[in-house]
Amino acid sequence: MKKSILVLLVAIGVLLTAAAAAKDVSLLNVSYDPTRELYRQINTAFAAQWKAQHGDSVTIQMSHGGSGKQARSVVDGLPADVVTLSLAYDIDAIADRGLLAKDWQKKLPDNATPYTSTIVFLVRKGNPKGIKDWGDLVRPGIQVVTPNPKSSGGARWNFLAAWGYALKQPGGSDATAKAYVMELFKHVPVLDTGARGATNTFVQRGIGDVLIAWENEALLAQRQLGNNAFEIVVPSITIVAEPPVAVVDSNVDKHGTRAVAQAYVEFLYSPQGQEIAAKNFYRPRSPELSARYASQFPVTHTFTLSDLFGDWRQAQAKFFNDGGVFDQLGVGS
Amino acid sequence: MRRRVLPGFGISLGYALAYLGLIVLLPLAALAWKASGIGVEGLLRLLSSPRTLAALRLSVVGAVVAALVNAVVGLLVGWVLVRYRFPGRRLFDALVDLPFALPTAVAGIALTTLYAPNGWLGQWLEPLGIKVAYTPLGVFVAMVFVGFPFVVRTLQPVLSSLERDVEEAAESLGAQRWQTFFRVILPMLAPALLTGFALALARAVGEYGSVIFIAGNIPMRSEIAPLLIVQKLEQFDYAGAAALGVAMLTISFVLLVLVSLLQRWSHRWQERSL
Repeated sequence: MKKSILVLLVAIGVLLTAAAAAKDVSLLNVSYDPTRELYRQINTAFAAQWKAQHGDSVTIQMSHGGSGKQARSVVDGLPADVVTLSLAYDIDAIADRGLLAKDWQKKLPDNATPYTSTIVFLVRKGNPKGIKDWGDLVRPGIQVVTPNPKSSGGARWNFLAAWGYALKQPGGSDATAKAYVMELFKHVPVLDTGARGATNTFVQRGIGDVLIAWENEALLAQRQLGNNAFEIVVPSITIVAEPPVAVVDSNVDKHGTRAVAQAYVEFLYSPQGQEIAAKNFYRPRSPELSARYASQFPVTHTFTLSDLFGDWRQAQAKFFNDGGVFDQLGVGS
Repeated sequence: MRRRVLPGFGISLGYALAYLGLIVLLPLAALAWKASGIGVEGLLRLLSSPRTLAALRLSVVGAVVAALVNAVVGLLVGWVLVRYRFPGRRLFDALVDLPFALPTAVAGIALTTLYAPNGWLGQWLEPLGIKVAYTPLGVFVAMVFVGFPFVVRTLQPVLSSLERDVEEAAESLGAQRWQTFFRVILPMLAPALLTGFALALARAVGEYGSVIFIAGNIPMRSEIAPLLIVQKLEQFDYAGAAALGVAMLTISFVLLVLVSLLQRWSHRWQERSL
């Protein structure tokens, strides 16, 4: 009896040592919806690099979903090592529960946003309604498709882009901006809950003359649908959409994965990571890669969230929380 | 205690209660506890807002009407499937369960594809001025779809045990056809019909996945109550979301109590008519 226990212990010991030597590391990246392609490629490239540098194999598991829902899952205990979401507000909410430092956005370069996008218009082939800029969206008879900013993180960037355009017009003020977006939402026949739903409504159901979309989603839709059924129109001025990334401190400490998680998010800033981002239609931060992919990303005037709205907590409270500006617009009534 | 035929009353009762507590009551208690964070004043403000009221009205009225339609059509379909023999009957019978089996999002997308202005059905309805997708009518269509199997499936066993000689007896005693239906058949079916109605209603009130794609989600017009809950969660307002959930549960509970009162009344009706 004693002997068999001893054998068992030795067996367990051998197994544990073997496991320690091989060191299979596993990371969980909790991301938002349209990053599937991007992170599939990033993960393969990063795993290869990590193996070459450290000899350990790293498997990265992905979880995709609406940005807000993903943040709630992490708050409720989904053991994410890394979060890559569509807006800082959702990561702030995780930080509010003490899972990572409140100043997480200062821990990585460029507001912890390794790649950006911008808000553009997708119109039907030949641009039959002659849509050139934000002002055209509120012409009589124009129908606009955009998701509901109350339920879609991505759509909040759309809303702020429209607001910023109106604000930047001569004589622009909060009052004129509000009047503009109020008029804009009168032209919206369907408020989908998420960006993919809105794209579907516009592309598959044939609803609307123009879809307000993230540039990467618009380029992806254009490439996947091929046959030039749609055109992208870049407005005169638009917002820089910043989908940030962060290491979830308390989870990586629990899992002992801090080093690899940190290397993973830093990889996004490396030339290789930046190139993968550019290939997936996200605008790279690196000037060199921006230059190389310049033909893909037309130049336009842009403003950032912090230029006009402060930070995401302030923007969320002012515009999108219950009783905020969006609710005051009286959409639908 | 009187001796029972089967042993183990105590243990099975204990097990049933513990299970019910764990699976049903515990989550409900957690919901109520979360909702209490909003306070009485917050709850009143939430429930009196025109947007909440419009969404609750759409969800509840839509579900009631959809369940009524399902009750009538479900009775017809159940009758046909039980009483008539025709080629493909088993196939049709299996099709009834499809709304159960289909993931709700798939159902929503399929319905939207059909009823959108460029869809198979939508393109013919649009010129007639009938808009289904992205209107409250679309919400209703999705609710009918998800609730349909309940009525058919609850009625079928009762219909098959319905003896044909009862109808023949009624006829030989000089009953008109409508008399046979309303005074003989319907009273016997009423309890099961009401159960099916209640199940279809309960399912439709809380339905999210399939409705969301076809609704259009315009506030005050085609926004359902579960969507408001999702929007509250998007701003990490757990208490507000839970409070809305409790409000919906209360409404559903009242409706179900009403249905069960109707059911007791229908039992008496059944006994009287026999």
